[in-house]
Amino acid sequence: MDIIVCVKHVPETAEAELKIDSTGKAIDKTGLVFDINEWDDYALEEAVRMKEKQGGTVTAITIGAEDSDTTLRKCLARGADKAIRLTDPKFNDSDGYAIAKILHSVIKTLHFDLILTGMQAGDDGQAIVGPILAEMLKVPHATMVKKIELATGTAKVNRELEGGLEEQVEVKTPALLSVQTGINEPRYVSIMGIRKAMQKEIKLMTLADTGLTENDVGAAGSWVRIEKMYVPPVEKQAEFIKGSPDEIAARITEILKSRGLI
Amino acid sequence: MAKIFVLAEHRQGQIRDITYEMLTKARELSEKTGSELTALLLGKDVKEHAKMLAEYAKTVVLVDDAKLENFNSEAYKQILSTLITQHKPLLVMMGHTSYGVDLAPRLATALNLPLATDCIDLAFENGALTVTRQMFGGKVNVKAAARKAETYITTVRQATFAPQKPSPPANGQIVETASPLTEEIAEKRFIQYVSAPPGGVDITAAEKLVGIGRGIKDVANMPVADELAKTLGGVLACSRPIVDKGWLPTDRQVGTSGKTVKPKLYLALGISGAFQHVLGMKSSDLIIAVNKDPKAPIFSYADYAVVEDLFKIVPSLRNKINESKTQRTCK
Repeated sequence: MDIIVCVKHVPETAEAELKIDSTGKAIDKTGLVFDINEWDDYALEEAVRMKEKQGGTVTAITIGAEDSDTTLRKCLARGADKAIRLTDPKFNDSDGYAIAKILHSVIKTLHFDLILTGMQAGDDGQAIVGPILAEMLKVPHATMVKKIELATGTAKVNRELEGGLEEQVEVKTPALLSVQTGINEPRYVSIMGIRKAMQKEIKLMTLADTGLTENDVGAAGSWVRIEKMYVPPVEKQAEFIKGSPDEIAARITEILKSRGLI
Repeated sequence: MAKIFVLAEHRQGQIRDITYEMLTKARELSEKTGSELTALLLGKDVKEHAKMLAEYAKTVVLVDDAKLENFNSEAYKQILSTLITQHKPLLVMMGHTSYGVDLAPRLATALNLPLATDCIDLAFENGALTVTRQMFGGKVNVKAAARKAETYITTVRQATFAPQKPSPPANGQIVETASPLTEEIAEKRFIQYVSAPPGGVDITAAEKLVGIGRGIKDVANMPVADELAKTLGGVLACSRPIVDKGWLPTDRQVGTSGKTVKPKLYLALGISGAFQHVLGMKSSDLIIAVNKDPKAPIFSYADYAVVEDLFKIVPSLRNKINESKTQRTCK
């Protein structure tokens, strides 16, 4: 069982206050902590669990600058056997379509039974790389996967629909599955594991190794181009309650009382 | 005449709301661009659906095929490829839903057409498509331009456009088209729907909900929120990460993939407010949100906002509520 996992190194922004940078088209990344994209973390864990059960290899692939190695090291420490990083300044400003083309250029040369991706990335949230890659490779795919059961030549998967409903579908393998969070419980990586992973090789590739041209990647090779980034308009103007925790708690209690809620 | 295609989404005999939301936005776009609004309906025995769509669209293209009984992205891709190649519409809209996400990227790649996903607004400027979408879990918006093309493919966020039936109804023409599918899709097969097992707590019935998110940090901190919920006489609910981590069962999840709630009070603790969650709770009567990030999207939906660490507020709030209850009993 040879599995390829596509991962992305992204800033953790769920609890951070974001600022828009001077270009007006991106966020200021100063001070943000970067880590493996949350959805990819689940994809990686799923791949490693399959390998542990059935044998085979797990290859982690990313596109990015040198700092993305932290994410690849995490993959190696978790149980990935090989890591590839595609890097080139020309890759900057690629959208999901250009990213899929770059990934495709490498993956088409590798043997795989399954490709796992996160269903989306926490930064741009396009949710497109997996299915595009599947179309380019001419293999079946399923997105928003919450459960995978492997059999000979097929994978039975549960896809998340809306309102708590799921659908079970069967795809022929080799296939690409893009996973939803909550499919498993990603394990913690020990310091020992990370130390050991430091010795493993990360294979580097550039645009020249992909067989693509400058026009295939970056902004030129993308479907969409960001023109302006801004703070979303407020739907409802909330009243901000200020003061010490006790004062705030007293005010909330007052509000609840006035509405007959306590 | 140029066309705008809207792919009707339906499941288990029901047209889904996103369909009418898209048709409403598409009507505005079709007027602005001088295009004809066309609804696409793919399914088995769905003629009744076609009649409903005809109230919104000038034309309803109906492909009725036994092989379309359940959604299959590969079958949809093949049929839409045929229709798009034939009609060359200016714009194709489908939901940014479990169906649209499975279908749109592959379709756009197969046809070599640009795709913009999860759009919260769409406009044409000099014949080119510009969309508004969100990034970083709704913390910023972006205006993005699609690569110039004859046809643009888009997926549209749910509950973004308020559905409105045209008056008078469009009285559209239903055009039944032969299915281009020659055989069952072998590489991807629908098996069955799987419903979550019914849980012990029905959060949709609760009058007061304490919703917890990532900010709760650790499973060991759960009692802090649970005790507050009990003091309030309410129930604990949560955003997606809490269920993903297994700290609360699925039936406590509020949002697009969980439940939609409308309690008298929704107290959001450490929830940033990604749209998937907000959609499930924004109609609550009173929303109070506590979050450390002053720009957390949840505050745009709240009546009262508290920028503070939830662990500083919650114990204090519990005391004050208890005090107020005691006072009442003493009187």
